Amino acid sequence: MAKTNVAPVMKQGKVIPWLYVLPALIIMTIFIVYPMINTINLSFLNKNGTASAATTCVEGEPCWGIFENYRYALTAELDTTNFSTAWNSFWLSSYGNMLKWLVVMVTGTVVLGLVFAVLADRIKHEALAKSVIFMPMAISFVGAGVIWRFMYNYGTSKVQTGLLNAIITSLGGEPVAFLSTIPINTFMLIIVGIWMWTGFCMTILSSAIKSIPNEVIEAARIDGAGEFKVFTSIMVPIIAPTITVVITTMVINVLKLFDIVYVMTGGNFSTNVIATRMYTEMYTNSQDGRGTAIAVILVIAIIPFIVMNIRRFMQQEVMR
Amino acid sequence: MNAGTKGGGKVFTTIAISVILILWLIPTIGLLVTSFRPVSLINTTGWWTVFYVNNGPEINKSEGTYLQQLGNRLTIDNYIDALTGYRGTTTYRKDCNDGSKPLGYKCDISDLLNPRGMGRAFLNSVVVTIPATILPILFAAFAAYAFAWFDFRGRYVLFAILVGLQVVPLQMTLVPVLRMYSALGLNGTFLAVWLFHTGFGLPYAIYLLRNFMGGLPRELFESAYLDGATHWTTFTKLVLPLTMPAVASLGIFQFLWVWNDLLVSLVFLGGTKPVMTYQISNMVTSMGAGWHLLTAAAFLSMIVPMIVFFSLQKYFVRGMMAGAVKG
Repeated sequence: MAKTNVAPVMKQGKVIPWLYVLPALIIMTIFIVYPMINTINLSFLNKNGTASAATTCVEGEPCWGIFENYRYALTAELDTTNFSTAWNSFWLSSYGNMLKWLVVMVTGTVVLGLVFAVLADRIKHEALAKSVIFMPMAISFVGAGVIWRFMYNYGTSKVQTGLLNAIITSLGGEPVAFLSTIPINTFMLIIVGIWMWTGFCMTILSSAIKSIPNEVIEAARIDGAGEFKVFTSIMVPIIAPTITVVITTMVINVLKLFDIVYVMTGGNFSTNVIATRMYTEMYTNSQDGRGTAIAVILVIAIIPFIVMNIRRFMQQEVMR
Repeated sequence: MNAGTKGGGKVFTTIAISVILILWLIPTIGLLVTSFRPVSLINTTGWWTVFYVNNGPEINKSEGTYLQQLGNRLTIDNYIDALTGYRGTTTYRKDCNDGSKPLGYKCDISDLLNPRGMGRAFLNSVVVTIPATILPILFAAFAAYAFAWFDFRGRYVLFAILVGLQVVPLQMTLVPVLRMYSALGLNGTFLAVWLFHTGFGLPYAIYLLRNFMGGLPRELFESAYLDGATHWTTFTKLVLPLTMPAVASLGIFQFLWVWNDLLVSLVFLGGTKPVMTYQISNMVTSMGAGWHLLTAAAFLSMIVPMIVFFSLQKYFVRGMMAGAVKG
């Protein structure tokens, strides 16, 4: 981060700065700010934006008036016959799946990334080992989707050409249709996400670990702390701020996740997440009102992180 | 930190790392091997059997070294079929050699541009990606300079908003932009995708470049000023050349982001100008398990990112570390 004062040193008019900034500002206004406002507006209208969402209410069914699209977005996947059906259907809805993704993928990538960063720090070919873990970051979700569909392949005949099922059958087990068996399929997709993003967490955490002064670690060792103790009581607390940054970044990434699910299951077999469901409403069902309502819900989930980002930025500004 | 403080710990570390690395590599190796196997073998045996030449069920124990036998069981037909988009029952090469031209093919170099093929999609990906990488960096460089070295009203507030915009999900803007494009007749054009990627790339690009430019020493600007330089000459002659490392990081990051993107191309280009990610996802949904084509196509789409990644890894990591959230 920059350490110098950024106060300007040269003379300037009032207009000149804006000539530099305006092109970018205009493009961002057209493509981010204006569409966001428009999306909020559309989420209160019917499917093609011609009338209020309240007009789509059906006689004799629950209706939230102008918030009708939000009622649909929040409750359509739930079976509210009784508490237990509601509970079960929630965990198979896009929101329940999102929670599974958040918990498992964020924990998985951060823990694996941290462990690997610590381990790789001690071996000879550290750079090589790290680039293997990092490599999936460079390929597309679509490519990764194909790679893993093949790993999970479920052979209908006696031959299993998917590696996982081949291992299972050679150990005497029954082959599993990983991508269509509820509820394990969502976790199978999460594994793909972990495979792709662990390298990201590892890289950032690794550079934080390397910035810990050697003396601190050595002092702890001399005091008789074991390696595990050094890890949990010295390293982790020191790099805690970095871990927080990595976790928030991962949470944002997971909330926006689309491609893995779209390519591997298309959101079928109860694997939908918020973004794939939004896509289905908008493009498959041509329900712009409902689709934009889902998008607004997504952004509301992300707002705390937007605020955190701005706050962190302001703290950095104060420090420089 | 020093390597291997404890003897037993070191063995454990090496084993643990090796296991993780193998687990990480196996899926990709499986894809690569499969993409070179003939269709008949892909569907009857696992890809790992390719390595034990002498006891597989389909091996003719004829002469030939291990490598020759291995070579005999591999083919590049999958890649040719994927590039040309051939979907027939045999292979493109066989059909063309037999003289029975597959429908819609000429059996010459122009088949690489068949709209169903990865060759055409590769070109489209290139056409989409290059301007969508250059444009945001260009606009961002100007804005970043202003945020770093100009004083104007609202500078701080605007930049704070920009930091917030970095994490706005692009799903939030798809419908209005799609409507705007329909009104302007831009749907299905490359321009639509370039502009959209530019808009969404800008917050992060400005943020990264501004931090880098703001870190340049103040004395530099003072001496430039004493020499009578204007902002324009300072920006073009002094700041831009010095900012090249950051531009490189950003460029690689943006390039891979656009190259690997599916959602934006799916929505604005779709099937009219299919890019590689679109073509593959289309194969997945429309033809189920045509593994010989899918694996070859997937690997084709990875070649460019892999080259970029392994040759410019340093810059890529740096670009990613500088601010980390996007999209």
